[in-house]
Amino acid sequence: MVVGLEVHVHLLTKTKLFCPCSTEFGATPNANTCPVCLALPGALPVLNEAAVRLAARAAYALGCTVHEDSVFARKNYFYPDLPKGYQISQFDRPLATDGRLALEDGADEARSVRIHRVHMEEDAGKSVHDRYAGSTAIDLNRSGTPLIEIVSEPDLRSAADAGAFLRRLKQILEYTEVSDANMEEGSLRVDANISTRGPGASTLGTKTEIKNMNSFSGVERALEVEFARQCALLERGERVVQQTMLWDAGSGTVRPARSKEESHDYRYFPEPDLPPLRLTREWLASVRTDLPELPAARRQRFVESFSLPAYDADVLTATRDLADYFEAVVASGAEAKVAANWVMGEVLARLKDAGIGIRELAARPAQLGVLLAMVRDGAVSHSAAKAIFAQMAKTGEDPAVIADREGLRQVGDDSQLSAWIDGVLAAHPDEAGRFLAGEKKLQGVLVGMVMKASGGKADPKKVNQLLAGRVAT
Amino acid sequence: MSLSARETADGVRSGQRTTRSVVEEVFRRADEVGAGKDGLNIVLHEDREASLREADLRDGKSGASYLVNPNARPLKGVPVYVKDNIATTTLRTTCGSRILADYVSPYDATVVARLRKAGALIVGKTNMDEFAMGSSTENSAYGPTKNPIDPTRVPGGSSGGSAAAVASGMVRIALGSETGGSVRQPASFCGIVGVKPTYGRVSRYGLVAFASSLDQVGVFGRTVDDAALGLQAIAGPDPRDATSSPIEPQAYHAAQHDSLEGLVIGRPREYFPDSLDPRIRDICDQAIERLKSLGAEVCDVSLPHTSLAIPVYYIVAPAEASSNLARFDGVRYGLRLSGDGLEGMYEATRSNGFGPEVTRRILLGTYVLSAGYYDAYYRKAMAIRGLIRRDFEQVFAAGVHVLLTPTAPTTAFKLGAISDPYEMYMSDIFTATANLAGIPGMSVPAGAVEGLPVGVQFLASHFDEYRMFVAAYALERAIAGGAV
Repeated sequence: MVVGLEVHVHLLTKTKLFCPCSTEFGATPNANTCPVCLALPGALPVLNEAAVRLAARAAYALGCTVHEDSVFARKNYFYPDLPKGYQISQFDRPLATDGRLALEDGADEARSVRIHRVHMEEDAGKSVHDRYAGSTAIDLNRSGTPLIEIVSEPDLRSAADAGAFLRRLKQILEYTEVSDANMEEGSLRVDANISTRGPGASTLGTKTEIKNMNSFSGVERALEVEFARQCALLERGERVVQQTMLWDAGSGTVRPARSKEESHDYRYFPEPDLPPLRLTREWLASVRTDLPELPAARRQRFVESFSLPAYDADVLTATRDLADYFEAVVASGAEAKVAANWVMGEVLARLKDAGIGIRELAARPAQLGVLLAMVRDGAVSHSAAKAIFAQMAKTGEDPAVIADREGLRQVGDDSQLSAWIDGVLAAHPDEAGRFLAGEKKLQGVLVGMVMKASGGKADPKKVNQLLAGRVAT
Repeated sequence: MSLSARETADGVRSGQRTTRSVVEEVFRRADEVGAGKDGLNIVLHEDREASLREADLRDGKSGASYLVNPNARPLKGVPVYVKDNIATTTLRTTCGSRILADYVSPYDATVVARLRKAGALIVGKTNMDEFAMGSSTENSAYGPTKNPIDPTRVPGGSSGGSAAAVASGMVRIALGSETGGSVRQPASFCGIVGVKPTYGRVSRYGLVAFASSLDQVGVFGRTVDDAALGLQAIAGPDPRDATSSPIEPQAYHAAQHDSLEGLVIGRPREYFPDSLDPRIRDICDQAIERLKSLGAEVCDVSLPHTSLAIPVYYIVAPAEASSNLARFDGVRYGLRLSGDGLEGMYEATRSNGFGPEVTRRILLGTYVLSAGYYDAYYRKAMAIRGLIRRDFEQVFAAGVHVLLTPTAPTTAFKLGAISDPYEMYMSDIFTATANLAGIPGMSVPAGAVEGLPVGVQFLASHFDEYRMFVAAYALERAIAGGAV
């Protein structure tokens, strides 16, 4: 299996690529439009610098060379949701070329994928077929929203690698705040080119292009299905026909697109309404300097600076926000591995249960740090800490406040503990007698009873010590 | 209109005349010359009542602040006709095409907004070759415009309506647009002044695109000064047009005070071929003599790639047009005719909405951009375009300030006289070079042949309209004074 991916990514700009209209998602149809993105006669595009900055940032994050000179071009075709009758894109002079994305940290070249190019373009509008019976409605809110297209070389050799590529790409785009990169919401779209060749063959087979996938796992499944189809054809001695295939997630099958959807002569030519894009070295340097720490570097730093297992580093750096949260917990004084266990355990569980992101979590990292310090100092038990966190996560209250209100502070005072122990021993003379006579295995049972008698507040470590002390006397 | 644009503005500003009286005079004159469909067919859209209401509103608003600062409203009360491919919110913008028959723009073109801000009133939209494709204004879906000087003849094109509006004395200033000579050539045919500014000097925002890399809004004036005032009002950077230049315009009217001493005028030999009508050659040479006598230095120069301009133009312009006109698809505005499915709708709308010349150019442009032909046509044409531009740059770099050439190879021809498209295209032979090179050019009346006006053309370096105006003011004065 030989696979190359073409990934379209919506840039997180406030306004469109060539006009000041909002890029806000979900507005009333055609509310976010103006003469430019409606392609009214006489309207002209003006480039949004913020979009260029995000595009260049993404390109740098993918290790590309960003060119000082690039050229916008018109891609001409008729479609009702393409209001100008052409899309402003880049063709023979793209913004950036020659990048690389590693599929594994520290991977050798064989485990990385070359990025052929990154170019900028505008999105089309939407054709709405199910709104009015017998007619198609057009919503041009999306018309002119900024995209980058990231084109990989055909370096992927399995569906799993394609999935890994996309997940890593998404992570980089999120870290750099270039895009939401959400395939379900359409802010990231993937077309896959796939061909098949026998072991040892060096030339590429005839490729097909698969479209219409709406999740990363959908991409993986579609590649497997298409690969199987191509293999079957070749085994029967038939040929693969170069064509566009559409993935049907419902039935898990691919079918050829109508030939009309593929045979275009786009008649590209340089966009005369926009001068060539010139980026100064200083500007490019500033984009480069502003790049945040990328996921791979952060994973490595987590392993090295915090002595975390690679697995933990991987989980904690899944998103930039989560990694920031974890680091803030550590910064507030928590021991790194303890903080890691809590973030990967309680915190992620809470996010999952509540269906929220880390930014929506009411408990701030410094508060979690305080809670962990309370555990460390014996002020609360581990189980009480879990109960406290459950409340913090909802209300954002300080852990001490919750511990006091709910009476969850651990009691470590010897006289109080001794009183509880005395009470338990008195209430259970049989067990008490056997324990004091040397039946050590009963200690656990008695600790449990003391804990129960204390309403969970007793410090179990101290109860153990005190009970053991009684036998010795 | 007997008063110049400047006199009109001064008169309105000082209260000597009302805006209403000025606008009434426009309509009176329009009726007198027969500007309507049954007459010269100059005006496509107007709303006289609305114009008079607007005039009254302006008259009521005559505040003292305008009296104090005339620069704030340099065209105060000046009526202007605008070519129908320039977007106006007050009147339809049809581009002389059936496909936009009822189209009203929801926004004003930058040039229109600037005219209004300068105090001008848009009194009507003028006839034109459909989408500015033509050299005679015969390609309008609304019938040809006739030349006011001889109604059996064309006014030139594609901005023939605006040229005729000025030539017939309806107004002193009108806006046209240029892609290959569509202001200068009709100015020559109608005996008025026509200016094509440097590409980027005037915003194209709201000018319905024909060929984006060549298009530029131009100005007609009865006199050089009318044209200077008009250009002054619309020129300058516009954040809505990425191809507009940040270079600020000069005060063109100040050029009337400059002498010709030290001005070097080039006479490019390629613009005076043996085949040139000797009477037109004589008029050019007389103009040169006049300018020489006023102190200009004249030298022969060469622009070797001139003969390639028309072939290059007829590749580049249709290529861009084929893309620019794709938006007229019946989906969002303009004509929509139903057909079999989506493709059928496109076909019915576009084949009925566009006239034959527009269709021809869309097909030509689609062809030269298509796979396998791009390199042979478009890429090669763009390379030659670079050579044409370099020809000019070299001449100007060598110390020449302004070039003088004939504007057009002929005088106004008879309506219907030219049916061969190629012959029609040759009408732009002396003007298309300036569009390809992006330099400014203007046509100034310099004489007549058999009673038909002949203009001479001045060309200047990028953004050096000022020196072009120096020469134009001087020539105009010299001709009016009769001195040779």
